[in-house]
Amino acid sequence: MSKRTFSIGGVHPHDSKISRGCPICPLPVAPTVYISVAQHIGAPSVPCVAVGDKVKVGQVIAEPGGFVSAFIHSSVSGTVKSIGPRPDLAGRPVTHIEIAVEGDEWADTIDTTDTLITEIPSDNKAIVEKIRLGGVVGLGGATFPTHVKLSPPPGSKCERVIINGCECEPYLTSDFRTLLEKGEQVVVGAAILRQVMGNVPCTIAIEENKPEAIVHIREVIEKLGFEGIEVMEMKMMYPQGGEKQLIDAVMHRQVGSGALPISVGAVVQNVATALAVYDAVQKNKPIVDNSVTVTGECFPNQANLLVRVGTPLRYILDYLGGIPADAAKIISGGPMMGRAVANLDAATVKGTGALLLLTEAQTRRGKESECIRCGRCADACPMGLEPFLLQKLSRNSDVEALEANAAQDCIECGCCLYSCPANIPLLDWVRLGKGLAMGAIRARAAAAKAAAEAAKK
Amino acid sequence: MSSTIIWTIAVVTVLGLLLALVLYLVAQKFKVEEDPRIDEVEKAMPGANCGGCGFAGCRAFAEAAVKAPNLDNNYCPVGGNDTMAKVAAILGYEVKAKAPMVAVVRCNGTCAVRPRVNEWGGTESCAVKAQLYTGDTACAYGCLGCGDCVKACQFGALSMDSETSLPVVDQDKCTACGACVKACPKKVIELRPAGPRGMRVFVSCLNRDKGPVAKKACASACIGCGICAKTCTHEAIVVEGNIAYIDASKCKLCRECEAMCPTGAIHGVNFPKPLDKDAIKERIKIRNQKAKEAVVISSEAEKSQKKEDKKDE
Repeated sequence: MSKRTFSIGGVHPHDSKISRGCPICPLPVAPTVYISVAQHIGAPSVPCVAVGDKVKVGQVIAEPGGFVSAFIHSSVSGTVKSIGPRPDLAGRPVTHIEIAVEGDEWADTIDTTDTLITEIPSDNKAIVEKIRLGGVVGLGGATFPTHVKLSPPPGSKCERVIINGCECEPYLTSDFRTLLEKGEQVVVGAAILRQVMGNVPCTIAIEENKPEAIVHIREVIEKLGFEGIEVMEMKMMYPQGGEKQLIDAVMHRQVGSGALPISVGAVVQNVATALAVYDAVQKNKPIVDNSVTVTGECFPNQANLLVRVGTPLRYILDYLGGIPADAAKIISGGPMMGRAVANLDAATVKGTGALLLLTEAQTRRGKESECIRCGRCADACPMGLEPFLLQKLSRNSDVEALEANAAQDCIECGCCLYSCPANIPLLDWVRLGKGLAMGAIRARAAAAKAAAEAAKK
Repeated sequence: MSSTIIWTIAVVTVLGLLLALVLYLVAQKFKVEEDPRIDEVEKAMPGANCGGCGFAGCRAFAEAAVKAPNLDNNYCPVGGNDTMAKVAAILGYEVKAKAPMVAVVRCNGTCAVRPRVNEWGGTESCAVKAQLYTGDTACAYGCLGCGDCVKACQFGALSMDSETSLPVVDQDKCTACGACVKACPKKVIELRPAGPRGMRVFVSCLNRDKGPVAKKACASACIGCGICAKTCTHEAIVVEGNIAYIDASKCKLCRECEAMCPTGAIHGVNFPKPLDKDAIKERIKIRNQKAKEAVVISSEAEKSQKKEDKKDE
């Protein structure tokens, strides 16, 4: 059987997985951590500790600020020093809880042993509640609260759980290492997720450039004897790890514009999320750390580190020998979708997956020239959009036309920019246009809601 | 031969007249009644079609102005009071004269005082830049320096100063249409009354961070210390959210706040004489001393009054 991939667009950058041989090592705890209250999509959490409070690892320090929100736990033990705004990666002020570290004392409820627990509790409601209390969010990048994804709206039916182990972004290797080193836990996490969704079949999708992981996970499934879980070897293609792309690749179903994956019967969770689900359900361990790949051709001490949430980026880089002289740009995430770090004093969040150091030559943009109408961007777009058109509309702030041409469906994967021979900053403009279209849609929804409420009265 | 020519002329003439009649009748039948004043108002307009009035262009403004019951919500900032007087004369409305406005850049974070902490390598557009992060300085509120306002200005009144990397307003060309205000994602540009002979005082900073943070990001940031508000004898200055704001309608242009501002965030422009800080500070000192003495005298007077009252008892 030929290996599967998604049907529209996509590009094939060199995978540059140069840190694939580095095992995940724990990073020593930083002297001070800064834990953001906005680490997920949705409403920011509300701090529930006061300055001067003593906290333990795994203690709740912020409670959800709404339904689509998450618990936030202390990643260290120590004293709360301050609660206030601090610039995040992009320099925007976000409320952070500053904790001065003293020792490493874990909350009593957490099972810190390494024993693998394969017996899954039978009460699905209790499992979802444990996931919620564990502050589990999607660790594939979007940081969408997992318990919300696992509570599908009435009337919708899940037919398959997909565990996303594609890691299609170049350079990133933390999911690969997690599959190799914590394969058993990931498989148990997958089994928990499929049970919660009603014992539906589960597919662990892994790209062909990780053959060791594919073999290992197949062995683990056989060893543990879980039924209904299979490994699917995927063809290499970027952005296969995108939710809609992966559903297309695995199930040959396409999610409509503005629709959720559940509308075609799919629930997608990342490998790291499956591990976090295992930790939360079987070990009572909330998300207090996550694995971060630190890599780049110019960076000699590449590593996959287990980093406590809230560790300042500068501390991580200093631990690995500091920033090399020829590094010009530091990106949080991969080279395709990651964002450049404007502020090294910013702290990691649950969704921080990688720090990538690039040289001047690697990051320099080519000189922009006129569009030659070759259509490569439209061929590359995995959402079937027309980036050349959207960028023009965005430059003219034509919100109506942007919405009509589905700028809001852009997943910001960067395939258009990657494929453009004229070096037009397509993604910059399309992202701006997406913001305008989304703003218009939200404004309309808010107006409709207000009108409905006024009509009620 | 000649009869052919005559016939041709006759036929064409008759045909022409007939068709003219048809055209006339059709035009009468489907005539769109339009207020002739719309054309007159449009003629009086500057014709820039800039949209500064809030309508799509001068014609749209004229249509709206003719329909409106008064001219309170219809004002052409480009034409100003002269144009509005003409429009009012045509429509027979009264017009309230408005103070002429001018675009003011409320950021004085030049390259010299606001150090760059990172380098922007992306598209030269403030809108794109603002969407991604807070900019290449540590100030999250100031000018991004990519010149979206310059691109938005149809009157050539804005230009980027390459030395400061801040936009400069040419006040003679500025029509206060507000296009730059809309274009700026940081809302750094404000329309303020131009002031008598162009003289005006304003706080040229929007940094809402606390004093030390703001000062670290930019040496001439407003640190919200409130000295200006205390100094001002006209109650024109409000400090809210670590930022001072001067209400132009109350400001008497005494420039005391400008002299007292520790960071130089308050700017006075178009004054005939340069600011004599020492003289103003001396003046304020004497005034404060007198006020103190007055307080002492009055409290002493109160005390003696009380004593006398007690004696009386």
